Amino acid sequence: MGSGPREEFDNPVVEWIDSRMPIFTMLQKEYGVFPTPKNFNWFWNFGAIAMFMLMTMIVTGIFLAMHYTANTELAFDSVERITRDVNGGWLLRNIHMNGASFFFIAVYIHIFRGMYYGSYKRPRELLWILGVVIFLLMMATAFIGYVLPWGQMSLWGATVITNLFSAIPFVGEDIRTLLWGGFAVDNPTLTRFFALHYLLPFVIFAVVFLHVWALHVTGSNNPLGIDVKGPQDTLPFNPYYTMKDIFGLILFIIVYAFFVFYAPDSLGHPDNYTPANPLVTPPHIVPEWYFLPFYAILRAITFNFNIYMLAGVALLAVFMVEFIWRHSPKYLGKSAGIALLVIGGALALFGLLAGFNQHWTIPFTDMPIPLTSAETSPISAKLGGVLAMFGSIGLLVILPWLDNHPIRSARFRPLFRIFVIVFTFSVFVLGYAGSQPADRVYWSTCIGDAQACEVLAHGAGHGAAAHHEADAGAEPLVLKFDNTMLAQAFTGVYFLFFLIILPLLSRFEKGRELPTSIHEAVLAKKQKAGA
Amino acid sequence: MLVRNIFFAVVLAVAPVSSAFASGGDTPTPPSQSWQFEEGLFGMYGTYDKAALQRGYKIYREVCSSCHSMKRIYFRNLEALGYNENQIKAIAAEYTVEDGPNEEGDMFDRTAIPSDAFISPFANDNAAKFANGGALPPDLSLITKARANGSNYVYALLTGYEEAPHGADLAQGQHWNKYFAGHKLSMAPPLMDGQVTYEDGTPETLEQYSRDIVQFLTWAADPHMEARKKAGFRVLVFLILFAGIMYAVKKRTWADLH
Repeated sequence: MGSGPREEFDNPVVEWIDSRMPIFTMLQKEYGVFPTPKNFNWFWNFGAIAMFMLMTMIVTGIFLAMHYTANTELAFDSVERITRDVNGGWLLRNIHMNGASFFFIAVYIHIFRGMYYGSYKRPRELLWILGVVIFLLMMATAFIGYVLPWGQMSLWGATVITNLFSAIPFVGEDIRTLLWGGFAVDNPTLTRFFALHYLLPFVIFAVVFLHVWALHVTGSNNPLGIDVKGPQDTLPFNPYYTMKDIFGLILFIIVYAFFVFYAPDSLGHPDNYTPANPLVTPPHIVPEWYFLPFYAILRAITFNFNIYMLAGVALLAVFMVEFIWRHSPKYLGKSAGIALLVIGGALALFGLLAGFNQHWTIPFTDMPIPLTSAETSPISAKLGGVLAMFGSIGLLVILPWLDNHPIRSARFRPLFRIFVIVFTFSVFVLGYAGSQPADRVYWSTCIGDAQACEVLAHGAGHGAAAHHEADAGAEPLVLKFDNTMLAQAFTGVYFLFFLIILPLLSRFEKGRELPTSIHEAVLAKKQKAGA
Repeated sequence: MLVRNIFFAVVLAVAPVSSAFASGGDTPTPPSQSWQFEEGLFGMYGTYDKAALQRGYKIYREVCSSCHSMKRIYFRNLEALGYNENQIKAIAAEYTVEDGPNEEGDMFDRTAIPSDAFISPFANDNAAKFANGGALPPDLSLITKARANGSNYVYALLTGYEEAPHGADLAQGQHWNKYFAGHKLSMAPPLMDGQVTYEDGTPETLEQYSRDIVQFLTWAADPHMEARKKAGFRVLVFLILFAGIMYAVKKRTWADLH
């Protein structure tokens, strides 16, 4: 981008501009001859696709804003008017509302690619962090955008999410009031959300610019995860990757267009076609599909974080940093490590179990275990849920340091590969758990007296069973697996992956031998295919 | 491979359990009917049956509109049902609307014109609730989009009235409906055989009425469906051709590498 020596252009107009502001030189350098690894697979298309989706959202959004009215009395009607009476309005709205989903699909695949091939690792940490910032901004923008049509899910989704902020100690209530512009989700909320929904995409655009800038400094990663060693490893971006990106983009748009034209409402919730009503709560409030994994993590924290749990986790964290993350402990000896591991693990496990079983007592007495109640726990279940939800994204920010294994690509790290796939699977399960009612029971069984089980299953008034209640023996034991437990189990997998598995793998995984260069690997593959 | 096997094992283990619980809920899923507007793969060739829309509109006018508003639909929209301008004017003229204020500042009544919205039966929600034993009859402009599986659901609801099971605790003015969540529906069975006269010889049965009104309501919620699907077809054909060309371009571009 600087003003170094410049090659002249043949076209006099281009040359006139370029000699005064070398924009064509810059384009030529960054998008024309920009050296790009020659071994990209199709996963590398999704950055360009996400860029296309951002532009699509901004363009359709501006036209929608020309017809939209940000007022609780008029918003729903104005959106309906757009789809019914504005010329081509139905198309604009379908493109925009499904565009949000497809933007997230592109970005999720893009993030997966980054994780699988280790694109977050040195020297691309900042590039990755800027990407996480874009992801957070997208989530804010999409959430706010879903509020604008002012349907039932708009109002109640906004109510649930803005109420989360009140869990933050000291300033939470004030933040919530600031978001609301009053004392409930109402007209001031809608108007400020509209203003922010128009602003944030341009902020995203600015951060995308920084993201691409950082990319053009370090160059792209590639499926082998090894550095580019020379010109024989790369191709000029144009025409090789411009043409490949356009082809991939068209395939993506075909799927997108299918939804826009043949299933425009399938990704939304029917309740949002009922105008918002503060007096009627929908039976089952769910966010848009792309938030479901995080919503499941939020709802999974149904227990208070008591002091034992936090102390245990703190000791374990010291162990992880000293003995696993640092390859040789700096401050502590071996016996201290064992003590940290044993005491920390025991405390954390005890705290967790006590948090789940509030009825536990000190053995041989009926005194409850001290410091496990909601009042004496430093972090309440509600705050814990909020911290877990934001923490699940916050972990992405520090991912480059959680995983400091020298090999980037999962292709050469068989163990990492398995775990990253398990992790991805757990995100899908969390998404499913987020879509289901919290109390949904997947499996249950009753062990004990058949009659007593009957009473439990159908209520005391059920037929003859009621008579047996008095003489029923021991209380039957009910085992069940419900949606909250599913979410808890996979929230555990999510956090264990980042906090335990990745540091352990960084320390102990051997990995396979890396190819000497991209060029040789491509040639070897070609020969194999030809033979 | 291992991962894939675990994945399928989990799916297979969970699937029968979850389906057992899904059917364990006591509100059955509305059965899928075959609709002309959903014809073809993914409803790609779906069109509205104008005769059915007209019959559905007749039912709305004669039955539903005594309680349910459709305030997002305008008389001018009836063109989509196959009525011409004069017919629409004549239909609108059957209604009076309050307009104003006039130059003297007074509100006045006038006959409706095509640019008026459908006239709501009640002045406001409170009036509607008061007249209906406390229950608010929802506006029907978007009803098939505002319910999951909307068209099938509305059909199931209209044909789903049953004798209340023994021991069911129905309040006065409540009716047992198989497909309504909680089963206690404040709307009395609105349609019965022979209630609305059809001039085109279509059978005058509850099922036929329900089919016709559902088609009308589906159109009302999604009036641009035909244009949308037609445009979609062209867009997809274009994109697939474009993709073919780009595939060739990409192949050609990359062919000269070693």
